[in-house]
Amino acid sequence: MSNVRVLVGTRKGAFLLTSDGKREKWDVSGPFFAGWEIYHMKGSPVDPNRIYASQNSSWSGQVIQRSSDGGKTWETPGGGPQMGPGGFPVGESNKFVYDTSAQTGKPLTTHQFYDGTQHPWEFKRVWHLEPSLSDPDTVYAGVEDAALFRSTDGAHSWQELSGLRGHGTGPKWQPGAGGMCLHTVILDPKDPGRIYIAISSAGAFRTDDGGATWKPINKGLRSTYIPDPDAEVGHCVHHVAMNPSRPGVLFMQKHWDVMRSDDAGDSWHEVSGNLPTDFGFVIDVHAHEPETIYVVPIKSDSEHYVHEGKLRVYRSRTGGNEWEALTNGLPQSNCYVNVLRDAMAVDSLDSCGVYFGTTGGQVYASPDAGDSWAPIVRDLPAVLSVEVQTLP
Amino acid sequence: MIRVELPAHLRTLAHVNTEVRLEIAGPATQRSVLDALEARYPMLRGTIRDHVTLQRRPFLRFFACEEDLSHEPPDAPLPDPVASGKEPFIIIGAVAGG
Repeated sequence: MSNVRVLVGTRKGAFLLTSDGKREKWDVSGPFFAGWEIYHMKGSPVDPNRIYASQNSSWSGQVIQRSSDGGKTWETPGGGPQMGPGGFPVGESNKFVYDTSAQTGKPLTTHQFYDGTQHPWEFKRVWHLEPSLSDPDTVYAGVEDAALFRSTDGAHSWQELSGLRGHGTGPKWQPGAGGMCLHTVILDPKDPGRIYIAISSAGAFRTDDGGATWKPINKGLRSTYIPDPDAEVGHCVHHVAMNPSRPGVLFMQKHWDVMRSDDAGDSWHEVSGNLPTDFGFVIDVHAHEPETIYVVPIKSDSEHYVHEGKLRVYRSRTGGNEWEALTNGLPQSNCYVNVLRDAMAVDSLDSCGVYFGTTGGQVYASPDAGDSWAPIVRDLPAVLSVEVQTLP
Repeated sequence: MIRVELPAHLRTLAHVNTEVRLEIAGPATQRSVLDALEARYPMLRGTIRDHVTLQRRPFLRFFACEEDLSHEPPDAPLPDPVASGKEPFIIIGAVAGG
């Protein structure tokens, strides 16, 4: 029988939750990296024992951790006492330096700041780690201030894919309240050259040549909180999800509005339908039913908690517009938690499991595609991210 | 021999339980101590000072001999008791809570 391993990043460390295919009884291990913010952890699809973690603190900045044994032990890649030429340490797994080389042909130095002035790019943290679909040593990092980096040596060293910032709209990007973060990285399983990313507050972008050149893919997004609601960039995209069997179909939870694209992001249309509120952060797609999608509506952008004090996952089996509330096993009174953008995941067992974590420290699991839910843990620090690995 | 005290999170990251003892070639300064510290514990690079600018991270301070040395020039000599190993060079995180 297959097993599942849920990777949970929290405000104060990482936790691993494991179970067999029934997903009824769980073992909890952690905290790993106690006291540090773990923005994201994700395992390699081709080597599940290889897991990458983004570790951060306001005091000591960014650290990248890597496990090669399924999370039992961790290392900072190259962080041991190794010396390179000239006696300098090798392995700078936390060194994210923006590309300002002449080869890019652009200075790449500023973006729009809160006050409307231009502001230099400053690295702050890694929001999302996306391991390659084919090589366990290759991994992408979406960072704040928004940029995409790639490592091909197991996170020892990082190089920016500077064509993203350099394609021309960079000076119009601006930070949202949570910072100017590149939080979503989606690799197309059928086209190795195609990558989707999303940035708050700039929008979604796509490359078709492995990251050399990029274009905004925001046509159809409408954001009334920016001067030009239909602008090419400037939209606060919260998350984007894709079913690997249909990589041209994308679903987006925007600041407000749930959106859908059937042409790889070239155009979008709204599918919020009968949701009680279309503000939210997470969105995900069923592992086997590409028209079944999940969101957790949040009351508003000024009240970052669930609507009416009820924790409800909404599921659409029609690719949007028609939504049903999933409440079985979830608190339906006096609940005021949020579910952050990277805090939902699905496994690939025959009966698709759905998982999400809350800012209240609960991690809920549904072994039946959302029909029923139960908490795996209730009292963790605020959950920042949830990923799941389906293990043989 | 220079003694360096690290904050708890950085001791964990460097896999050390107590203060670190370093041999410094030449004058003991903030820069030479941090260079030696990062050479011996590469996982600390970027966690005390920025990778590129080498500026001290804002929420960390450098104390020694009951003085705050955080704003001293990086190449200024450290106090004699630090250079001789009598007193530690203390890297400390800003207090936060509520």
